[in-house]
Amino acid sequence: MKCRRYIFPLIVAVVVAIFTLIDNQTGFKALSITGSSLLEMLSVIPPIFVLLGLLDVWVPREKIIKHLGEESGLKGVVLSFVLGAAAAGPLYGAFPIAAVFMKKGVKFSNVLIFIGAWSTTKIPMFMFEMGALGIEFALLRLAINVPGILVMALLLEKMTGKEQREAIYTQAAKLSE
Amino acid sequence: MYSIVIYIITGVLLLISLIASRKKTLLALKKAWKSFEKILPELIAIMLFVGLLIALLDPGTISALLGDNSGFLGLLIASVVGSITLIPGFVAFPMAAMLLNNGAGITQIALFISTLMMVGVVTFPVERKYFGTKLTVLRNSFAFGFSFLVAGLMGMILR
Repeated sequence: MKCRRYIFPLIVAVVVAIFTLIDNQTGFKALSITGSSLLEMLSVIPPIFVLLGLLDVWVPREKIIKHLGEESGLKGVVLSFVLGAAAAGPLYGAFPIAAVFMKKGVKFSNVLIFIGAWSTTKIPMFMFEMGALGIEFALLRLAINVPGILVMALLLEKMTGKEQREAIYTQAAKLSE
Repeated sequence: MYSIVIYIITGVLLLISLIASRKKTLLALKKAWKSFEKILPELIAIMLFVGLLIALLDPGTISALLGDNSGFLGLLIASVVGSITLIPGFVAFPMAAMLLNNGAGITQIALFISTLMMVGVVTFPVERKYFGTKLTVLRNSFAFGFSFLVAGLMGMILR
């Protein structure tokens, strides 16, 4: 089972090998580009994944959710950002967690902030982005994204009627059972 | 420089964690390895693929497709590819760096990264299940529009 995941890279490797046979120069050029990029990445990756693991083990989600309800105000906003940013994994991994949040009575705009933060301001990703694309690129993107996520969350909350919101909460409770 | 700082921070935190709880630290390391191993196949495949792509397309072609002067076509390619594909960030950032070093423009790369992370066309059915059609359409449209704002600002400031 585990090996099956390596079929895809294997196929790509075979394609590269075929290109190399047809045209030596292109093939070697491709391999040297891939090799140097991989080495560069492998030098940045290990600490990021270790941090990710530590975060996962030491930050208890359950305790924080309690502080995200209707009256949570600014603290709720900040905590939602922190929870989303401390996440790992693709965006669709955030939806089931958001459903649990809603089931536990987290304010709707905070759920949307969490989704927004998860999508684009994840801490491990941010560190990785700095390594790959430079500190300026990563910091600037973060600086634009934080207010953007906030504004979009508030707009989306406003545009979602009360009835629809209740329907979403009911659905979320069902999905997270 | 960046690497050294990250390694030191991680080392210190790991040490603190180890002092606080040996068991939890081992668990964290196990999780770290697992999540790394999970992306490894895709990472290798995409790096090989992009390496080949860059070797085949000379920087001139890449810059014509995604460069600073690629105009509407460049923005279209970057935003559509970013919205549709599901590439993990750990793979997307090195890929973006490779393209950037070979002729792609900052605006186009920022647009690609931003749509990739915020807009999910393929995951639309999953999102709809949780948030309903209307909100899912709205969220993705906002994210799509916002990505252009991000890319435009970044292109202006970093150029």
